[in-house]
Amino acid sequence: MADFKRRHFIQYTVGAAGALVVGWSIMPPRQRLVPSDPLPLAPGQVALNGWVKISSDNTVKVQMCQAEMGQGIHTGLATLLADEMDAAWEQVTLEQSTLDKIYNNQAEIVDSLPFQPDENGYTKRAVRWMVAKLIREIPGAIGTGGSSSVNDLWLPMREAGASARAALIAAAADIWKLPANECRTESGRVLHASGKSASFGELAVRAGQLPIPKNVTLKDPSAFTLIGKPVRRLDNSAKINGSGIYGIDVLPAGLLHASVTMCPTLGGKVARIDAAAAQSLPGVRKILVFAPYGGGLTTMGAGTGGVAVIADTPYHAMRALKKVTVDWDHGPAADLSSEEVIDGLAQMLDSKSGKVHYEHGDVEAALKSSAKTITAEYRVPYLAHATMEPMNCTVQFKDGAATVWAATQVPAFARNAVAKVLGIKADKVTIVIPFVGGGFGRRASMDFLCQAAAIARQAEGAPVQMIWSREQDMTHDYYRPAFVSRHLAGFDAQGKLIAWQATTAGSSMGMPSFMDGSSKGAFDTGYEFPNARIAHQSADSLIPIGIWRSVAHSHNAFFTESFIDEAAVAAGQDPVGFRAALVARNPRLLRVLQRAAELSSWGQPLPPAPDGAKQARGIALHRCFGSVIANVAEVSVAADNKIRVHRVICVLDCGFPLNPNLIRQQVEGGIVFGLSAALRGEITLEKGRVRQSNFHNYAPLRINECPLIETDILPSNEHHEGIGETGTPSIAPAVANALFALTGQRLRSLPLKLAG
Amino acid sequence: MPKLKINGQTVAVNAELDTPLLWVLRGELKLVGTKFGCGIALCGACTVHLDGEAVRSCVTPLSSVREREVTTIEGLRGKEADALRQAWTEIDVVQCGYCQPGQLMSASALLKKKPHPSDADVDTAMSGNICRCGTYPRIRAAIHAAAGLT
Repeated sequence: MADFKRRHFIQYTVGAAGALVVGWSIMPPRQRLVPSDPLPLAPGQVALNGWVKISSDNTVKVQMCQAEMGQGIHTGLATLLADEMDAAWEQVTLEQSTLDKIYNNQAEIVDSLPFQPDENGYTKRAVRWMVAKLIREIPGAIGTGGSSSVNDLWLPMREAGASARAALIAAAADIWKLPANECRTESGRVLHASGKSASFGELAVRAGQLPIPKNVTLKDPSAFTLIGKPVRRLDNSAKINGSGIYGIDVLPAGLLHASVTMCPTLGGKVARIDAAAAQSLPGVRKILVFAPYGGGLTTMGAGTGGVAVIADTPYHAMRALKKVTVDWDHGPAADLSSEEVIDGLAQMLDSKSGKVHYEHGDVEAALKSSAKTITAEYRVPYLAHATMEPMNCTVQFKDGAATVWAATQVPAFARNAVAKVLGIKADKVTIVIPFVGGGFGRRASMDFLCQAAAIARQAEGAPVQMIWSREQDMTHDYYRPAFVSRHLAGFDAQGKLIAWQATTAGSSMGMPSFMDGSSKGAFDTGYEFPNARIAHQSADSLIPIGIWRSVAHSHNAFFTESFIDEAAVAAGQDPVGFRAALVARNPRLLRVLQRAAELSSWGQPLPPAPDGAKQARGIALHRCFGSVIANVAEVSVAADNKIRVHRVICVLDCGFPLNPNLIRQQVEGGIVFGLSAALRGEITLEKGRVRQSNFHNYAPLRINECPLIETDILPSNEHHEGIGETGTPSIAPAVANALFALTGQRLRSLPLKLAG
Repeated sequence: MPKLKINGQTVAVNAELDTPLLWVLRGELKLVGTKFGCGIALCGACTVHLDGEAVRSCVTPLSSVREREVTTIEGLRGKEADALRQAWTEIDVVQCGYCQPGQLMSASALLKKKPHPSDADVDTAMSGNICRCGTYPRIRAAIHAAAGLT
C-alpha cells in the first residue's frame, strides 16, 4: 500500500537514515511522539504518531503501554489523548503498544529516587536528569507501578492527541482547500464554518501523508471536555458481562493445561518424583520437574522448584498432580522462622544505628537536653499480595519463537526472562497483556512467567496455560517484608517537640544505597522537626520479598503516624493541633489536615456506633507519590474485642484531578486494601514454610466489615500526582490512633489486636 | 455422557462426574466468565446460579448438577441483571474486575429474592464474595441503586 509506505517514509525517516525530511524538523532526542520502528498497521489503518491509530471505520485506537490492573489507567490515559484530539469518547478503543523506548516509564524510576520532595537543590536535579536520560535510552524500561503512569504520560499523551488533531485539521484544510485556522474539531469530526465536515476516519489517510505537525498547542484547562471530568471506565462493560479476558482466560487453539506444586519450603527444589500413578490418569500428557526461578528485579530471595503436570483439561492436570509423589530438597531455608527473623531485626537495633537517610540539627544533643523523652518500638509482619486472579501464565513455544499471555507490569523484562529460559533472542518473544486480576506489585515478578516457559518448552509446540492454586500462590509469594522500628522523641520544658529519631530495620529490597527507598514515608513526611535523625538498618533473610502496594510507605506511615500521635499525647496536645504545628510552613499538608479535621468534626463528641458501642476517632496524615492524604477513622470495639471501623473520612490533595470519580475509586480501594492488612494481614513462616494458605487463614476484609468511606478531593491546578497506592499507608495508623483514644491501649504492631 | 442445561441450552459434557462445575464450564465449555479464585468456596469468584440460586461452582461436582438450570455471567439476563449492570456502570463499580462476575451473580440472586434489600441483607448475601480492590462501598451503593430501578 503506497500510502502506508510513504507515511512511514515521512514519519520514520529520521530514525532509519538520520536525515532531515523537507518540511519536517528532526525530532529532539527527548521526543516521545514517534517510535523508532513503524507501528504495525491493519488494512485501512493509519498511525498519526506512536500513540494513536485511526481506522477507516472511524475507530481511534490509543496505543496503551501501561497495564490495567484495576487502577483505571487505561481510562485515564485514553482520556488525556482523546480530549486533546477532540475524539468522541465512543470511538476510542485501546491497543497494547509495542515495546519501543518512547513508552519507557521515566517518572516511575526518577520519582523513586530517595530525595526529599521539598528539596530542589543541584544534586537532586542533576541526578534526576541523568537517570531520566538513562531510562529514555535503555530498551524495555516500560512499567506500570509506583503510581506513576499519569505523571509520566500526562504530557506525552496530550501532545500526541494535540498532534493528531493538528494533522487531521491539516488534512481537512488540504482536501477542502480552506485555511486550517478556519477549521475546528468536535467529537471526532473536523468542521468548517461553511458547513463542510468530515470524520476523523475519512481524513485519516490524508492526515497520515502529511508531515507531523511541528508545533502543537495543548488545550487550556478551561477547554477540557473529558479531562477533569468523571468519565466512565472504558472497561466497565467487558468486566460486567463476562467477556473481559484475563491471563487465566486466554484460549489459544490447542491449549493444554498445567498444574504445579512447588517445594513447600521456600527456596527448595525437587529431589526426585514418582509419577507412575499420575501418568496413567485420563488426559495426562507429561509430568516434568522445573528448576527454581527467582522473581527478578523487584524481588529478593531464591525461587522455588517444583513439579508440573500437563494435561488436556485444567481439572485433569489438578487431579493427576495430587497423585505425584515428590521428595523435596528443602534447601537452605529449612529452619527459617519469621518470628526469629523479626526478633533478629529488633536485636539488631539494640546495637546498630543504621544508615542515615535524613538528618537535621543534632538529635543526640537535643535528646540529652530534653526535659522529657518517650520511646517506642513498632513491628509489622510479612504480607501476601493475594490478588483475586492467582498467578498464571500461558506460553506457546513453537518454531523457535514464543507467545506469552501474562498479566505483567513489566512486559520488556518479561520478554527477556522468557527468552532466557527458552534460549532464544528476546525479539522472538511476543508478550500479550490481558486484563490483570489485581497486581499490587506481584505482577512485576518473573517467577511464574519463567516456570510457564519451562513447562511450554516441553509441550512440543502446544500452548500451555499454567495456573497456580490459591495455596501455591499464597505460600510462594514475594512478600512485603517485615520491619521493626525504634523511635525516640524529646520535649523541652515547655512541652515542645525538639527531637525526633526513627530507625527501621529490615530489607532494603536489594537496592544500592543511592536508590534505597526504605525510608520513604519516614524521611519525606514534610514534618519540620527542629532536630531529627531518620535511619535504616538494612537486613535481609532468605524469606523472598518484593514490592507491595505503596512499598515503604506501607509500614513507615504506620510507624510515623502512630509515634506522632504518641508524641502529641506525651505533650498533652491534641493530635491535629500537634501535627498542624509541625506542618505550619507546608500549606498543602496543613490544608489537608485542617480539612480532614473539619469534615470529621474533630473535637466534637462522636455518637455511638449503630450497635450502641462507644466510638472514637483517630487521624493520620501522610504524603506519598506526590499526593497528600489524611484519613480519619471512626472506630468502636465489639464485646469480643473485635475492632470495627465504621467510617473513614478521607481528604486528598492529588494536584489537578484527572478523573475525580476514578480517583475516589482508587483511594477507596487503597483504604480497604490497607485496612484489610491492618486488621488481619499476617504471613508467618515456620521451618521455611508459609503457614497461611488460603482465605481462611489469610482473611481479607469482606463487604460486611467495610466502612463507609467519604472522600473529599481538594480542588487544585497543581501538577497531578499519584493516586493508585495513596489510600493504603495511612489507614492503619488512623485506626490504631482511634483505638488508643477509645481504649487507652497503644497498639504498636500489625495486625491490630487488642489485649484482654 | 452427562447433559447440562447451561444458559438456556442443553450441552453434552465429557468430564468425569467428580469434576467441579467450575472446571466443566471453564475447561471444557470455554465459558471463562466464571472465575477461579480459591477452590474451596471462600471467595465467591466462581458463583453461578443453579435454578436461580447462587452456588459456588468450585465445590459443586458435576454429578450434583443433574437437571438444574445453570446460569453463568455470560447468560445472566432479566430485569434484576439489567438494573444491576446499569447501576454498576453508572457508579463505576469495577476496578480489576476479576471478582465482579461472581459479585453480580450473588447480587442478582439477592435482588430476585429481596427486591429492596436492607444493608444487613446485602451483608448476608454478599459477604461470600471477596474483592481485593476494595469495590465494596460501590457494590453496596449499586445494589441499592439497582433495587430502585427494578
